[in-house]
Amino acid sequence: MSDNEYSGLSCPIPISEYPHVLLAHGGGGKLMHQLIEKIFTATFANPMLETAHDGAVFKADSDRLAFTTDSYVVDPLFFPGGDIGKLAVDGTVNDLAMCGARPLYLSCGFIIEEGFSMDSLWKIALSMKQAADEAKVSIVTGDTKVVDKGRGHGLFINTAGIGSIGHDLTIAPSMVQPGDAVIVNGDIGRHGMAIMAHRESLSFETTIESDCAPLADTVMRLLDEDIEIHCLRDLTRGGLAASLVEIASVSGYRIAVEESKIPVVDQVRGACEILGFDPTYVANEGRMVIFVPKKEAEKALAVLRDQGLWPEAAIIGRVGDERTGIVTMKSLIGAERIVDMLSGEQLPRIC
Amino acid sequence: MRYVDEFRDHEAAVRYVRQINRITTREWTIMEVCGGQTHAILKSGIDQLIPGKINLLHGPGCPVCVTAVELIDRAIAIASKENVIFCSFGDMLRVPGSSKDLISVRAEGGDIRTVYAPTDTIRIAYENPDREVVFFGIGFETTAPANATLVYQARQMNLKNLSILMAQVLIPPAMEAILSAPGNNVMGFLAAGHVCSVVGYDDYEHIVSKYNVPIVVTGFEPLDILQGIYMTIAQLEEGRAEVENQYRRAVRREGNITAQKIMGEVFNVVDRRWRGLGLIEKSGLALIHKYAEFDAEIRFGVEQLTAEESTECISGLILQGKKKPYDCPVFGSLCTPEYPLGATMVSSEGACAAYYRYRKEGTESIKQSGGKERP
Amino acid sequence: MCLAVPGKIESIESDDALSRTGKVSFGGILKEVNLTLVPEASVGNYVLVHAGFAISTVNEEEASQTFEYLHQIEELGQSGESD
Repeated sequence: MSDNEYSGLSCPIPISEYPHVLLAHGGGGKLMHQLIEKIFTATFANPMLETAHDGAVFKADSDRLAFTTDSYVVDPLFFPGGDIGKLAVDGTVNDLAMCGARPLYLSCGFIIEEGFSMDSLWKIALSMKQAADEAKVSIVTGDTKVVDKGRGHGLFINTAGIGSIGHDLTIAPSMVQPGDAVIVNGDIGRHGMAIMAHRESLSFETTIESDCAPLADTVMRLLDEDIEIHCLRDLTRGGLAASLVEIASVSGYRIAVEESKIPVVDQVRGACEILGFDPTYVANEGRMVIFVPKKEAEKALAVLRDQGLWPEAAIIGRVGDERTGIVTMKSLIGAERIVDMLSGEQLPRIC
Repeated sequence: MRYVDEFRDHEAAVRYVRQINRITTREWTIMEVCGGQTHAILKSGIDQLIPGKINLLHGPGCPVCVTAVELIDRAIAIASKENVIFCSFGDMLRVPGSSKDLISVRAEGGDIRTVYAPTDTIRIAYENPDREVVFFGIGFETTAPANATLVYQARQMNLKNLSILMAQVLIPPAMEAILSAPGNNVMGFLAAGHVCSVVGYDDYEHIVSKYNVPIVVTGFEPLDILQGIYMTIAQLEEGRAEVENQYRRAVRREGNITAQKIMGEVFNVVDRRWRGLGLIEKSGLALIHKYAEFDAEIRFGVEQLTAEESTECISGLILQGKKKPYDCPVFGSLCTPEYPLGATMVSSEGACAAYYRYRKEGTESIKQSGGKERP
Repeated sequence: MCLAVPGKIESIESDDALSRTGKVSFGGILKEVNLTLVPEASVGNYVLVHAGFAISTVNEEEASQTFEYLHQIEELGQSGESD
């Protein structure tokens, strides 16, 4: 959310009284109830949450459900294109979408460091509400804890999500077949470089924003068009490379991609060049790889590009019939090399 | 990106490879000295495209790989002290010392920060007047002017809480050490282009006349390397041994005079121990007496710390081009990027790491076929 | 040694006795770079940047040399074959 969108709204807990979160706000007493009611319940606003019970109770509309969880520790908490709250909602929504599920309900656990700005907490809650509305999910249950100053990095969030699966497809790496097209829904590397731009001493000026976005709607559109999706994977830490390596390894087939076909915008390229990063290993938050049979590839691309949804969507490679379980990349000058996962994070290099 | 993309052009690369094939009639062994070139070669797959008669060796051109174990241990000793903010380039953090690396010091509570430029530490020292800020000054000649500027500016600003752990090394003495080692089979060099941007290439003339090997100053993009290989092979095939400059858009014979001046103001040449290669005379830079107050080894009293190198790691032989990573008995088994035994596996420019990352699948078949490059 | 990237000087930010710095563009991102080592470089020039320092200007005329050289050796090859 930009600053403009916050104007006109004010933090429901009077800043003059409690500008910072105190240990007491996690203590189970009045202050905690006030915090939960005013910051979370009022903001997330849905009937299930308002029952204020220990858990949310609902009927499932399908006998196949998907269930996922993730924790968010991003630093800085607010970055161009998003914040930890938006990340927490979109990330879990996307994990459900990768199973081919329609996301329905989210839980949300907050671990807040004593002294955290109340205004920031509220802004994050607002951002989560907006992300939830965009993804058509409700946050129906949650938990709040406050830890001593120094024991948390401002704020950590855990979200878990439940979605329902209304089709018969099995969407998983084991369903990948030789000949499948490998499609990516847009250019890669934005999230990681947007964060990197604000790291002290590595900073640079850029308009790169995180690509943090919900993918569930896109997956539903592909399913609605009866596209036979074999596998989906959202590209988070470890980047495009990590996802492809994992899928190749589980499926047992070779995945062959071409460097020249992988979309990367200029600013992300420039940032990667000066730090010595490879964009295929940089984190994303609104990107996925989609494996479909070769004959469905053009149709899938058309759905992705329709109405300006994902204009940079591209076929970046295909699944081979060799049972080697590795990923190969054809370099810009035409030679093939093996792509592997990195052991840790990419570090800026001078060499 | 201008001056980058054109040098990655597929069609021109294919044409260069065709020309290299045309002129190569015999087996030649050439060495590229720079880690950045190793990385570019393996990432773009140049080693797969050039004829099998050309044996491309990867030399000790990665300052991360060649920093002596005892210097890493001294860095760790300093970084582990209370009140120290230890600043370093990112690629040094995972290099193993005798028993651990800087990342584990961070996990144990040390304040270790990655910086992009050496001079970033000046701001950190300014903002933390009660703490000691130390910079790990590694690098070849390319980084020397930046490291020199750090010290020079610290003196101008009268900063009392900033110091540098000197680990600077120089390339030409290492090239000579390789050429003069018994059993050397290097016949030509691709010299490190960015080193020459700074210091020029006059220094190579005496190497060429003494050892009769061609040296071609080469850039870092695929077309630069292919052109550099062509020029080296052309010399070898014609029986010439000269210094030539492939990287003319970035290198002049005299180098960067302004950069050399600041280096001369702050540094003098000393003997230095290289990891895997041992002591090479006059191959390092140290602070001149005038700037001794900025020497972190003196300030923290760690000059006496020495270390033994791992016996299993053969990175020294790899850095000299005498062995390939897959010749190492522990390559890919005990020694992997996750559990590296030596620097050539840690640094992403190190030959072992590059081979592991880009060639893992092929190395088994390479080992079985007796070490030939291409299946 | 090694990682130095060409970028275009977009502005000079400071020019005092201690140092000269400017903003250099790499594919559209702007990074503050120390320009002290390239006193001859000005706005619009391309420089090679390593560890936050411009270590050399890019000689734009020489940049095409790699491609001219390729033409020359190809012609050499063809005339050699036709002998």
